[in-house]
Parts: sequence; structure tokens; C-alpha cells
Amino acid sequence: MTYVIEGSTGPWEIVVGLEVHCQVVSNSKLFSGASTTFGNEANSNVSLVDAAMPGMLPVINEECVRQAVKTGLGLKAKINKESVFSRKNYFYADLPQGYQISQFDKPIVGKGTIILDMPDGSTKSVGIERLHLEQDAGKSMHDQDPKYSHIDLNRSGVALMEIVSDPDIRSPEEAGAYLTKLRAIVRYLGTCDGNMNEGSMRCDANVSVRRPGEPFGTRCEIKNVNSIRFVMQAIEIEAKRQVEVIEGGGEIIQQTRLFDQRLGETRAMRSKEMAHDYRYFPDPDLLPLVFDDAFVSEIEKTLPELPDEKKARFMRENGLSAYDAGVLVAEKEKADYYEVVAKGRDGKLAANWVITNLFGALNKAEVGIADSPVSAENLGKLIDLISNDTISGRIAKDVFEIMIETGGDPEKIVEEKGLKQITDTGAIESAIDEVIAANPDKVQEIRDGKEKMLGWFVGQVMKGTGGKANPGMVNKLLRDKILG
Amino acid sequence: MTDLTKLTLAEARDGLAKGDYTSVELTEAHLKSMDAHRNLNAYITETPEKAIEMAKASDAKRAKGEAGKMEGLPIAVKDLFCTEGVQTTAASHILEGFKPEYESTVTSKLFDNGAVMLGKANLDEFAMGSSNTSSYYGNVINPWKDKTGKDLVPGGSSGGSAAAVAANMALAATGTDTGGSIRQPASYCGIVGMKPTYGRCSRWGIVAFASSLDQAGPMTKTVRDAAIMLGSMAGHDAKDSTSAPMAVPDFEAALSGDIRGMKIGIPKEYRVDGMPEEISKLWDEGVAMLRDAGAEVVDVTLPHTKYALGTYYIVAPAEASSNLARYDGLRYGQRVMDEGDSLDDMYMKSRAAGFGKEVQRRIMIGTYVLSAGYYDAYYNKALKVRRRIYEDFATAFGTVDAILAPTAPSAAFAIGENEGDPVKMYLNDVFTVPASLAGLPGLSLPTGLSSEGLPLGLQLIGKPFDEETVLRVGGVLESAANFTAKPAGQEG
Repeated sequence: MTYVIEGSTGPWEIVVGLEVHCQVVSNSKLFSGASTTFGNEANSNVSLVDAAMPGMLPVINEECVRQAVKTGLGLKAKINKESVFSRKNYFYADLPQGYQISQFDKPIVGKGTIILDMPDGSTKSVGIERLHLEQDAGKSMHDQDPKYSHIDLNRSGVALMEIVSDPDIRSPEEAGAYLTKLRAIVRYLGTCDGNMNEGSMRCDANVSVRRPGEPFGTRCEIKNVNSIRFVMQAIEIEAKRQVEVIEGGGEIIQQTRLFDQRLGETRAMRSKEMAHDYRYFPDPDLLPLVFDDAFVSEIEKTLPELPDEKKARFMRENGLSAYDAGVLVAEKEKADYYEVVAKGRDGKLAANWVITNLFGALNKAEVGIADSPVSAENLGKLIDLISNDTISGRIAKDVFEIMIETGGDPEKIVEEKGLKQITDTGAIESAIDEVIAANPDKVQEIRDGKEKMLGWFVGQVMKGTGGKANPGMVNKLLRDKILG
Repeated sequence: MTDLTKLTLAEARDGLAKGDYTSVELTEAHLKSMDAHRNLNAYITETPEKAIEMAKASDAKRAKGEAGKMEGLPIAVKDLFCTEGVQTTAASHILEGFKPEYESTVTSKLFDNGAVMLGKANLDEFAMGSSNTSSYYGNVINPWKDKTGKDLVPGGSSGGSAAAVAANMALAATGTDTGGSIRQPASYCGIVGMKPTYGRCSRWGIVAFASSLDQAGPMTKTVRDAAIMLGSMAGHDAKDSTSAPMAVPDFEAALSGDIRGMKIGIPKEYRVDGMPEEISKLWDEGVAMLRDAGAEVVDVTLPHTKYALGTYYIVAPAEASSNLARYDGLRYGQRVMDEGDSLDDMYMKSRAAGFGKEVQRRIMIGTYVLSAGYYDAYYNKALKVRRRIYEDFATAFGTVDAILAPTAPSAAFAIGENEGDPVKMYLNDVFTVPASLAGLPGLSLPTGLSSEGLPLGLQLIGKPFDEETVLRVGGVLESAANFTAKPAGQEG
């Protein structure tokens, strides 16, 4: 399935590379002891270093280094045991130092790979070019005062990991899958909370178009898109714009653009917002960042099972399809939930219930797995009730509805509502007798050879017992009574 | 009673210990001297009340038997060190009125050891200069006079510190040295100045000029005083990533007076064309003194010396251009802004009004050498040459224990003499810059007088973190030179 844009002169392929800024999960900032807590009062998490007071010096936070290495390991990437912090110089009100401490030519993490899980169950490998550590800037607020902009430095100096992909992405869907997977990986690792709406994960997209097989075209960078859906939209809209420009005889100018989700367009940033000459040079306040193999292997020991490994295990041990396994591992919480449900039970049955019924209900209610009204333990119990013939699959669906509504225990629901399957032969026989007595003509039809009519009788008996009769027994007893 | 301002730091320390006088008396004597020499403009901010308060506290501490290594000794602090609650200007208009809420690590250590602060010494703006003529708060005047009697520069950038010590307005002073800012003014003012190894003293709380070069050090009347004071300034600081995690030796104990068998290197490349005869002679005399003391003097070569000044004037401005970006008028210091101005307008107006000409010049040089298209030709090449300069020294120190050279190519010159020619002004640093680039310890001490009767200094350069050898050789040279001349009015 190749994604192309059909232009007036033929098909165009799109080429996308993503730069994702992930806020590092750490208690204090990259180079200062100030807190990183989100949502505190403006300018309350600011040390002398963050405010760039005269004579203040940065000191690397080892925890942030550990988190970056951990992320690098999670991306199966090369860990650079020596890296260098450089200064990226530019003036802005929310950048107190007048430079951002970042990594330029010697990042802490080099080449790696991300495996995308596509909606059709296929996979695709996208290269990671690098991961580097850098400081976040503060926040400018232009709506606090009629004349002045206000500055909040709480975020100033917070550690970010900038993760840069190779230009391997070929469709908006792949971009979406890339971000979903990257977010899953950092969340599994606990190195970034991945919340794009809070800004702890932000994405810049480099987009170009080319005719299939031709060299890369000139790219434009779309800055700071804040949801996966918007990234996908922005890429599509930008690629179409580029095709129109080229087919209209124009030329793509390399530039930075903003995505306006309301107008559904990208537009060039004002020249003042565009790339400056950043005059990168090694930060003389910091020594090169050097660590040894032991440091890396200590971190390696703390790595959790990551989505790809988990997916493989679910397929291998529980017999799940690639698609189902992929859906379950997309979020660690979902996978954990599934594992509780599947434990000691039929893995495939558990996957069906979790994916089809639970995820379906949660999506409808727009609720995340963490807020699921049905606990994994209770969903497990429900499956047990089916397996031990306490209720039928059909009744189970009703019980599940009630569980979604009330969060109740399925055993209690079945008990209270009297939904237990009727397996008492006498009770089922009397129900059958009633139906037979009321429909002698239909009985005759069956006896004359229209055996299909038996299904109608089963339905009537189930109806008569409120669906609680064991369908297998109903079938057998009906057959015995009518066909003898 | 003896004039307490004429004591050395060591003498005052011992006198206080014996109870000959109190810290309050010592401090009051220096405050009086500051009044008498205010014309030299050595201080930007005098802190007499704080000084007396600190002296009283110090006397009380001593009475309880808790005297520190610098207990009760009044000193000047270069106004580049942030001092809690006391205006810290870096001699710049842009920081006028700035009172830090924190104390620099070096001054904290000195005060913890009992030192008393007399005030904040004048300097070149942001420590950029070799003449102390770039201070927003006015020129510092050298206490020494040549035969014409006109006002001379004290050297720079630690010119206020040097003048204060030379004119007995402080027992000692802190300085900082980026390319010679301790050693050159020490030479011009006839005192001792030591730049320790880069990393020996914490830079935390010192207004940064060029981070990879800046280093704090003592400016004193004698080599022993420098050893005492350095011991109280040095030490690892977790707040400065470039500070060395090393123990602080007993520097005073290194002054054994015995340099027999030591090898002293004479770098032939320092014998530059046009070196004044009296500087050559001074150097030769220094060689003879060390030889007489039993050292073996050998020639060494530092082949990349001729590139040092050019390298320095790329690296230091490059770092400065970035370090000074934080002075933007936003959070502290001077802001110049008119109704309706944009952020960029505010930056431009504040920085144009706040920075003097020399600072602006260096910011522009630094910005240029880091620019796309010029980075490799200038900054990157300068880093490579810097590495070579370091290797030159490392090779030389494979055979010698210390290197002897002049501190500066001349004696103090008249105020205004080199003003129109920045390159000529930069040449004052030609002998001090190589050790700065290599991060090595350097000590300047006065060993003779020029034909004009002005002090001239020689410089000893040592191995990394081997201040002890530098001080030991310096002590021997000091005894042999027996430099007793004083500026007019300060004769013992």
C-alpha cells in the first residue's frame, strides 16, 4: 500500500522526517536543582541558574543523562560514551541565558531504529538519526497584560530529548504510527510521559515531495505541532501544497512553516521567527559528558520489556495475531491490563474481550484504560463465568454492559439479576413442552423434514427462559423430543 | 604604633594572632588609607560599615579561639565577584545597582576563613582590558609615577585590586585572570599576582568573561601572602563543573626556599622582536638569580607562542559574546526602553547604553568568529592552535619544573597612551596569554625597576596543579631580587 498524492501531472511520493522533543521525566532540571513539576505558579520553579543570574554555572543532572541513555537503549541505538554540550545562541525573552544548552555535533545517542505497527498489521522500520539532550526555554504569555508580554521561567532549563528520525516516513499514517510507537516506547521506559497536549512531547515535521524514484525534494519544516492527528493532517496539507506549487511551475523554498489547524493550512513563519545563525560552539562551562560501559550496563539492567518484545511474546505464547498483539502493546497500561485478564485463561478469548468489547466501550465513552470502569480482575471473572458454563456468551454481553455502567463484580451481577444459565433438565424440558404444545403445526413441519425449523424452536425456548437456558442442552432436548 | 597598612598579609596574620592589634584596628587603618587615596579610584564600591562589622565579628571569633586562616585580614574584592547584598557591577553600566542574592564561592571561602571585605575593586568593564581604562566607573590610577609625574595605568583588568594593594588600601585583593588580568597589573603596580591552574578556584558567582579561561587568584604584597590567600580561595566546588576535584595543598609550606637541582626553562620564543632592553635585562637577571640559587636553567621551545595572542583574541571574545547575552535588560541591571518599543528595540537600546566600547567591540568580534562560514576559519582553528600551545608546554614540562619569562613587554604606560589602537593595547598580554590558553598556573612578582623608576615583573609558569613549585621558585626569586621599592608616599 503505497501512499501517493495524485497531482495533475502524475503521482507524487512524500518524504517525511520527524523531530520530536520529549520532556525528560526527572525531578529537577537538566542543569539546575529547580523542580520540574508541571502547573505550578508562574516563576516558582526557578533557580539562579535558570534565571541566568551573573556568574551562575550549569551542572549536569545525572538522572537526565540516565534517562537519555535508557531511551537510546529503547530505540536500539548507539550510545555515545562521550558527547558534548554546545550553546545555541539567540535572543528571546523566554531564553534568559541568551543561549540554549544543547548538543550539536556530538549527541549522547546515535543511530537507532523504530518498528512501526501499521493498521493493516504490517510493520515498517524507520531509522533514528540521533537523540540529544537540551534545555527547554521558558514560556512567553502575550495575553496577561495589554502592553507587556509576561514570562514564566518554570519550564526554562527543563531537560528535553530531541529525537530525530531519518527521512524514512512515506505517508501521514506512517508519521502517526511513528509518533504512536515512539510515545509507547518512552512511556514504557518511563523517560517521558508523552503527553502532547501538555507539551511534554512536541513534534516538528520535515516534509518534501518527489516523483517516485527521484532524489529528495526541497523540504519545509512544520514547527511545533501538538497532537498526532494534527501532525498527520499537517503533513498531508503541506505535501499537497508543495505538489500544487511545483506543478504550477513554482519552486519549493526551504523554510519553517506553521500549521494552522483551524484554517487547515500551513504558512511560512515571519522572517523574525525563522532560523538564525545560532553560532553553536562547545559550552565552556561544561566538560564533555563521558561515562563508561558499566554506567550503560547498569541502565540496561533496568530496561522493561518493550512493545516489540511484548508483541512477539503475546503472539508466541498466547497465539495472538500480529494485529491484536500490536493493539494490545500500543500502550503499556493496555498490555498490563490484558496480561491480568489473560493470566490462567484462554489468551485469544481474553484478547477478544479486551480489544472488541472493552476497548470498543472505552472508545465510545472516550475513556482511557486507566479510567476503565471494568477492572481487569472483573473482566477475567466474566470470562471464567462463560468458560464454566455459568452464563452463556450472550448473557455475558449483557453482564458486561452492566459492568461498564456500574463497575460491578460480574459474579454478583449474575447472582442478583438471576442470570445464571439454566442447566436443570426438568426446567428446560417444561419450557420446551410449552413451546411444542403451542405450535403443533410447526412440530409437524419438522417431522416432515424441515429440520431447519429447529432453530426457530431454540429461539422460542431461549426467549421463554429469558436467554438463560443452556443453548446446547436446549438443542439436544428439542431434537430428542421432536425427532425422537 | 606602626602603620598597619604597611604590613604584609602574613605579618598582619601573625600580629593578630599575638594580639598586637585587633581586626577592627587593622580594618580602620585600611579604611583611612582608602579615604586618603580615593583619587586613585581603586574601588567602585567601598563597604566601610560592612568591613567594621566583619572585623568585629572576626575579633569575637578569635576571642573564642575560632580563628580561620584569613581571620581578621581586610582585603579588597574585585568587583567581578558577586557579593551578597553588595552592589556588583563588573565595572559595567549595565549592572549598575545590581545586588546579588548570593555570594561567590571564592569570596564565601575567604569570608568563612575570616577575611574582612573593605570594598569592591575597580576593573576593566567585564574584565576586558589591560589598562583599567574601560571601566564605566572611571579609570584607576597607578600609585606609581614615572619621572614626568603623569597618571599611569595600573594595568588590567584587575587594576583596582593591584592599585589598592600597591597603595596599601588593602592587605591583599582578589583578582581574576583571563589572559593576564592578574599578572599584568601586578607587574605594573609592583606587587605579586598569581593565576592558579584553571579549575583550582571555583568560578561560581564570578561574572563570566571567557569561561574556559577565567580563573580567580590572589593579588598580594609577597609570594608568601599569595600562598596564604590562595589556600583560602582554592578547592573543588560541585557548583562549577570545570572546578578540579582535588585536595588543596598547604601552599605556604611549599615555600621551602630551596630550589637546588630544579630545572627552569627559558622559552626562546618569548624573546620577541623589539623587546625593550630593560625587559631583556630584567629577564637575564632573573635567570642569574635562579642559577645562583642552585637551579639549572635550560632553554625550552614553545613554537606556537606567536599564535597565542591571535588565538586568545578569538577564543575569549567568542565565549564573551555568548556569556554576555544574558545582559538583556530583562531580569536585572539597566533597561532602556521607550513607549511602544519591541523586544528587539529594548535589547538594542539596553545593550547599546549598558556596554562600553571595548565590550561592544569584543562582542562583535566574538559574534563574527562564531558565525556560519567563519566558524572553521576562526574559532575552530583557534581551538586547534590552543591545543598545540598546550602541547608545547606539556613537552617543555617533560624536562623542566617551571618556566621563567617577563610578565609584560613594558612598564606601566600613561593613561590614554594606547587608547586609539586596540591591537597595540592587546599586545600587553603577549606574555601572559599562552599560560592562560594552556590553563597553567602563573605567578608574577616584581624583580626590578625600569629606567623611569617603575616596577617590572617576571613571571613563573608551572605544570597543571603544581602551584607549589611555582610558589617555591617565586619565593626564592623574591628573596634574591629583594625588591623593596614602593610608590611615592608608601615607602616603608
